[in-house]
Amino acid sequence: MKGLDATNYGGSIAPPHKTVLEKVLFSFKKHYQLYLMILPALILLIIFYYVPIYGLQLAFREYDPIKGLTGGTWVGLDYFKRFVTSFQFQELIKNTLSISVTSLVIGFPFPIMLALIFNTIRKESRKRTLQTIAYMPHFISAVALVGMVRVLLSPSTGLWGHLHVLLGLDAVNLLAEPSKFSWLYAFTNLWQNAGWNSIIYVAALSGVDVALYEAAKVDGASRFQQMIHIDIPSLVPTIVILLILNSGFLLNVGFETVFLMQTSANLAASEVISTYTYKIGIKSNQLSYSTAIGLFNNAINFVILLIVNFISRKLSDTSLF
Amino acid sequence: MRDKKRRTGIKNSTSDVVFNVIIIIICVLLVIIFLYPLYFILVASFSSPAAVAKGQTLLLPKGITMIGYNEIFSNKAIWIGYRNTILYTFGGTFFSLLLTLPAAYALSRNDFAPRSAFMLLFTFTIFFNGGLIPTYLTVKGLHLDNTIWVLMVPFCVNVFNLIISRTFFQSSVPKELLEASQLDGCSDFRFFIQIALPISKALVSVIGLYYMVGYWNEYFRALIYIRNENLRPLQLIIREILIQNQSFGSNQTFSSADATLAQKQELLKYGVIVVSSLPMIIIFPFVQKYFEKGVMIGSIKG
Repeated sequence: MKGLDATNYGGSIAPPHKTVLEKVLFSFKKHYQLYLMILPALILLIIFYYVPIYGLQLAFREYDPIKGLTGGTWVGLDYFKRFVTSFQFQELIKNTLSISVTSLVIGFPFPIMLALIFNTIRKESRKRTLQTIAYMPHFISAVALVGMVRVLLSPSTGLWGHLHVLLGLDAVNLLAEPSKFSWLYAFTNLWQNAGWNSIIYVAALSGVDVALYEAAKVDGASRFQQMIHIDIPSLVPTIVILLILNSGFLLNVGFETVFLMQTSANLAASEVISTYTYKIGIKSNQLSYSTAIGLFNNAINFVILLIVNFISRKLSDTSLF
Repeated sequence: MRDKKRRTGIKNSTSDVVFNVIIIIICVLLVIIFLYPLYFILVASFSSPAAVAKGQTLLLPKGITMIGYNEIFSNKAIWIGYRNTILYTFGGTFFSLLLTLPAAYALSRNDFAPRSAFMLLFTFTIFFNGGLIPTYLTVKGLHLDNTIWVLMVPFCVNVFNLIISRTFFQSSVPKELLEASQLDGCSDFRFFIQIALPISKALVSVIGLYYMVGYWNEYFRALIYIRNENLRPLQLIIREILIQNQSFGSNQTFSSADATLAQKQELLKYGVIVVSSLPMIIIFPFVQKYFEKGVMIGSIKG
């Protein structure tokens, strides 16, 4: 961020010393059109994001259908205690963490490798074709994706079953195996998003100075060495930022794909905080309890993000804020 | 430039040749991994259900038939879903662009003093929000649930897209242009519409595509807020076919007639995946030339 620019356009017209109120009024008058441009988005933001944040107090109150979000009796931390001591608590945390850590470990390095590979292809048309193919799965909806997973992995009629028959093996039903769920989710996610997530690295690589490669070549560096000594170091800042961002979502396993991949057989491993919040809140109508679970989840995420950001700022000078 | 030099200049060393071969092998593998599942689905969707079930369509279609597609397109619910999804996609994208682009432009202006404060307000919601139930109750309190509007308006500004747009305006609308037009008495509105937007076609295409895909594939909000059968988007309808009918073919012993019924059900699933995914997959290559360079650079840290 460049910070506030004191000598802005028309700064010479601005009266030099004024009270805060006068400054605000002056800013309104001079930039009222910019204020108007931002206003609609701001109104939606306040109504649909900040009012619900204010409504988080529901987690500390008994829900009262007549008095609404903020009118129920104050019960303090009761709902949080109930959640932490409930028998689902450990399982939910364990499932959520195991799914998100597995996805991070599998899903994080691949986009970087893909970008490095794209970067080595010299023929522009070939590179673009490969990229288009790699991006394609991203455009498939969660519903269609999980539909694909289900039909393809069917041990009797799906591709998964046929491949096993070709190899003379017995196919397991992956969707019914709790022990395989986090892997199944991670690889599904990888297939869908690895290409798409490489875009940001491809963009970073396209900003590398061509002279660096020329100099390396003159010094006799092979293409592999160029990749190791030029490409990878130039990706480090992007990698660090994305790692921090991802850490902030460690307890946020996306609802959509997991929810659709749940089967009664794998529920022991596939029930995560977000799906549980949905079932408790929308399905069984325990609104305060569900809000408390959501807030608990959100707060922990936020704290993890702050800690990782702090560590990264100390260690590498790269941080989100 | 790089490749010209390479061809005329120093000859490739052996290690480079090995490197190239490895890269080519990896690329071929990647194409297979990304494309084959899609290819298999497509082939299976118009092959004879029995052949698909026996695994005879791994490479080429067999016993070509259109009964799957006939069945899908004679299903009224699919058509209603299609109609609704098209409405939500175009309407939603319209509102999204209408609100995101001007806001992003205002936030990109260095001389707009409160921009950092506004930016913080927007960015904060990425990391912290009210969560499912408070948001649900807010929407319900405004009687927006079970209307078409809830899928197009309340959440139409995506903060990531806002940041990308702001960064793009910042880096590609020259300051000199603004100063010159301000001297000529051009207002901020006019500058945005007549100058900033026309030179940002790449941005509008890319952000427009992001939004379109988001609306087309949206199902979570519809699941929560829409109860009226006639307002359901395509994704909710294909969810019933793909996910909830899952038990259709299992757990029971079928007579031979039932077995073909189960196979036909599978055929429908392949077709439904194709029919629901194809529009977005087709659209993408048209926008791809605007990707990466320009739009994505610097978007990560604003």
